[in-house]
Amino acid sequence: MNKLSLKTFTLLQTITSVGLSALAWTVTGVRPIWNGSLPSDRQRIYFANHTSHGDFILLSACLSEKERAITHAVAAGEYWGKSRLRRFIAQDMLSSVLINRQWTKPEENPIEIMLSVLDQGHSLILFPEGTRNMTEEPLLAFRSGLYNLSMARPQVELIPCWIENMSRVLPKGQFLPVPLLCRVVFGAPVAVGPGEERRAFPERAHATLLALNPRPERDD
Amino acid sequence: MRHEISILIIGLLAVLTTASIVATILSARAPKPLSSTLVNLTQRINAWWVMVALMTVAFFFGRYGMTILFALISFAALREFVTLTHTRRSDHWVLLGMFGIIIPFQYWLVWTAWYGLFVIFIPVYCFLLMPAITALHGDTERFLERIAAQQWAVMISVYCVSHVPALLTLNVPGFEGRTLLLIAFLIIVVQGSDVLQYIFGKLFGKHRFSPNVSPSKTWEGLIGGLVSASLLGALLSFVTPFSPLQAAAVAFVACSMGFLGGLVASAIKRDQGVKDWGHLIEGHGGMMDRTDSLVFAAPVFFHIVRYFWTV
Repeated sequence: MNKLSLKTFTLLQTITSVGLSALAWTVTGVRPIWNGSLPSDRQRIYFANHTSHGDFILLSACLSEKERAITHAVAAGEYWGKSRLRRFIAQDMLSSVLINRQWTKPEENPIEIMLSVLDQGHSLILFPEGTRNMTEEPLLAFRSGLYNLSMARPQVELIPCWIENMSRVLPKGQFLPVPLLCRVVFGAPVAVGPGEERRAFPERAHATLLALNPRPERDD
Repeated sequence: MRHEISILIIGLLAVLTTASIVATILSARAPKPLSSTLVNLTQRINAWWVMVALMTVAFFFGRYGMTILFALISFAALREFVTLTHTRRSDHWVLLGMFGIIIPFQYWLVWTAWYGLFVIFIPVYCFLLMPAITALHGDTERFLERIAAQQWAVMISVYCVSHVPALLTLNVPGFEGRTLLLIAFLIIVVQGSDVLQYIFGKLFGKHRFSPNVSPSKTWEGLIGGLVSASLLGALLSFVTPFSPLQAAAVAFVACSMGFLGGLVASAIKRDQGVKDWGHLIEGHGGMMDRTDSLVFAAPVFFHIVRYFWTV
């Protein structure tokens, strides 16, 4: 699990990423709204709301080819590491970083794994809710990972990304997507303020992300 | 038919070239930075080049090209429409059916020229079965609103749009093998009317037609656009089975319907709190922003031709 082969994309990963981006565009016509930040190849943690398996595909479809090759989604090891097929899809095709939410051994420490990716100059896509949101709430409470990562690597930009409509495209328990237009709103970077508490920051990041939703009344 | 198509293409190229030259001159003379109207004008004209190019390519593939092109237009329009409406998890299968069954089947009916089922498949079978499926799911929250939006969505984006390629199935005596030109006539006249209304509105617009619905529509734009589009129709009568006077009358009816289509689309957008349907066409908005007039004009044009000119 710790062995991360993070050179550049393999051929398989390039084909997968181009194919999935094309698919995302065909189904959702996805387009980025840069509302506070701009496309950049500097090192970033993109954090987003999570309602469907398609979320990170949509987000990475909004990035340039170059950024995509160094940006890894953080996914649940309990799910994606379960079988050889899932592990192959997650790691060899999608170049995700797998972490276990219930970890015991020190080498499974999710923060350490994510930091090791950042230390190789790569970017991350993180869903701080920790799980797919299946509730009526627009956004669940954030876990503390975002705070820990930011404290450890303050030079990495934290970009809030609101993924619109994905819960309608692929609702809970469905596997065929309904074609609906989706946008990804990229907000201004957030950073831990001087002396900001470890509980206050996730709440502020949560509010910042929620405020990016362009049509709040629609999310039902 | 080749002769007529050549004239239409040369005419369109001349109009587009003139438009691009005028926009370039206006932009060069205007103070910098350019006003949003001028930037938008250039975007619109550039998008027109792409749209005319795509239409021309589809034209050369005849019945195949037209059927596939308008099925794709239906897909894009329906996607924009459904995105704007209230949907719930329990609507998933109905929504999937709209994209996966209704669009392909309706265009298959166009392709096979099965007129009897083509005209009733959506308004009878879909309109009855879609709410039935929704009811079977047992979710009654905002039920009437949801089923009404779904029906209107397929009505507008699939049923009405499919009447454009359906023109190819009409059998007009003395006009055999040239029905593609009916599509060209309808699209040029209706889209031309939109452009002419825009130009007359920008140049002379003073009295708003319906400030509550669409602030950009004026009486001057409407009258100038409709009169000039009817003249354009008369001018194009050589590609149709109509006399010049008939062509002007048919164009007038189609463009009036087109105007109403734009008005209804504006009212829906205003109700949903958005300015454009989407972002597919740079400078214009979404697919529905460009096709709202065609959507209302196509079925009426189809039935006028069918009633008065076919056997």
